[in-house]
Amino acid sequence: MQSDAIHTLVQLTPIDLGLAALLILLVSSISLINKVKIENKIIFSALRATLQLLFVGLVLQTLFNHSSLFWVAIMSMIMVLLAGREIHVRQQRKLSGGWGFMTGTIAMFLSSMVTALFALLMIIEHDPWYHPQYAIPLLGILLGNTMNGISLGMDRLTSSVWQQRRILEARLALGESAQQAIRKLRDDAIRTGMIPILNAMAAAGIISLPGMMTGQILSGTPPIEAVKYQILILFLIAGGTGLGVMTAISVSSRRFFDTRDRLRIERLSKSID
Amino acid sequence: MHGLSLKQLTTSHIGPIDLSIGPGQAIGISGSSGSGKTLLLRAIADLDPHHGEVYLFGKAQTQHIPSHWRQHVAFFATESQWWGDRVDEHMPESADQDHLLSLCGFEPETIHWSIDRLSSGEKQRLAIVRQLALSPSVLLLDEPTSSLDRENAQRIEDMLLQYQRQRQAIMIWVSHDREQLSRVSQRQFRMSTGTIEEVSQHAV
Repeated sequence: MQSDAIHTLVQLTPIDLGLAALLILLVSSISLINKVKIENKIIFSALRATLQLLFVGLVLQTLFNHSSLFWVAIMSMIMVLLAGREIHVRQQRKLSGGWGFMTGTIAMFLSSMVTALFALLMIIEHDPWYHPQYAIPLLGILLGNTMNGISLGMDRLTSSVWQQRRILEARLALGESAQQAIRKLRDDAIRTGMIPILNAMAAAGIISLPGMMTGQILSGTPPIEAVKYQILILFLIAGGTGLGVMTAISVSSRRFFDTRDRLRIERLSKSID
Repeated sequence: MHGLSLKQLTTSHIGPIDLSIGPGQAIGISGSSGSGKTLLLRAIADLDPHHGEVYLFGKAQTQHIPSHWRQHVAFFATESQWWGDRVDEHMPESADQDHLLSLCGFEPETIHWSIDRLSSGEKQRLAIVRQLALSPSVLLLDEPTSSLDRENAQRIEDMLLQYQRQRQAIMIWVSHDREQLSRVSQRQFRMSTGTIEEVSQHAV
């Protein structure tokens, strides 16, 4: 390891990473000896992560060198679509007719974009505001967290509507409107989607050092500066996730009913086990 | 005609069905399983999508707000559903709740009972109390006594008939039990493969 006196950042050499990779080989060989049969998976996952990250690093480096709004926008769209697909495939039961995909993706797009733009234009105020050094990591962390929240919330909503379909109809038959009948399930789903960020805020600094802060401190940022960024990020994630989850869940909860407030359970696809 | 009337009521499985029931009148429907009896009741309550129109006292179903329609036209499912911990979480606001409870053989404090301690007969009777608390003018009953013993079945029959006479309610009672239907209704119908036919007096 060679430290550089001028920059606080310790540059990692391929040999350094090679040494870290020995840990992977160590775990794999223990697995091999004890016939746990997870060695292939560990090595494959490590290789896959390396290639994905190297690729993203090259893409980001290229983006940084050009700093064009057009390419930042293209990159953002690709990230949104991949995250939208992820929300969709993570659900056991889905709203049919592309609604599940569209609702999740659009809600995530709107909330992440609005929050990211707000942070870039009003808080960070770098010139130009779309500089990829800020725009891409910010959008990435917002998308990742919003995606997690929305997919948890939507999965909770669709599975509880399926399980409680008879109760929902009983409530309709008792003269409740569709929104009254589904209210509890909707609120539960919103709460479920918010749990990860609530936990992250509760545990931040005490139980776990957030990954972003750890990275910043390792790369030489003074701890207090890293803490300020971490607080900003937590608030942005809470805002983005809250908006995204509430939008996605409220819109989907209406899709289970038609204009005559009838439960249309056939709009939910069959479970994929 | 100022009762309940169905005009060309059709769903993907039943109909078209035309039927008129006068105020205060009760009809009974029998028929084998899968003949569409439950689907007919669900379409009248507007719980299933359908074509054709249903009129109550001359006003069309589609002119009512869905939740108001279902308060007037009450669908009683064969199996009652409970979602809260206690009985009162399932009860709509109603002035004569105590009266209804006593009509169904309960004390007023029954309202605070836990759902877990209810027997199936009590559940069925309380499900009727909560639905009658909305003062419906049409009762759509889907085999309301099928899972109950003789004593509980008799109780439910009595309380429904008493409500129906007091309020001049319209009643459609679906059952496999032809004897029960002749006790509770003035006209009897048979359903088979989605169509309905009145049973002549001689055939009963």
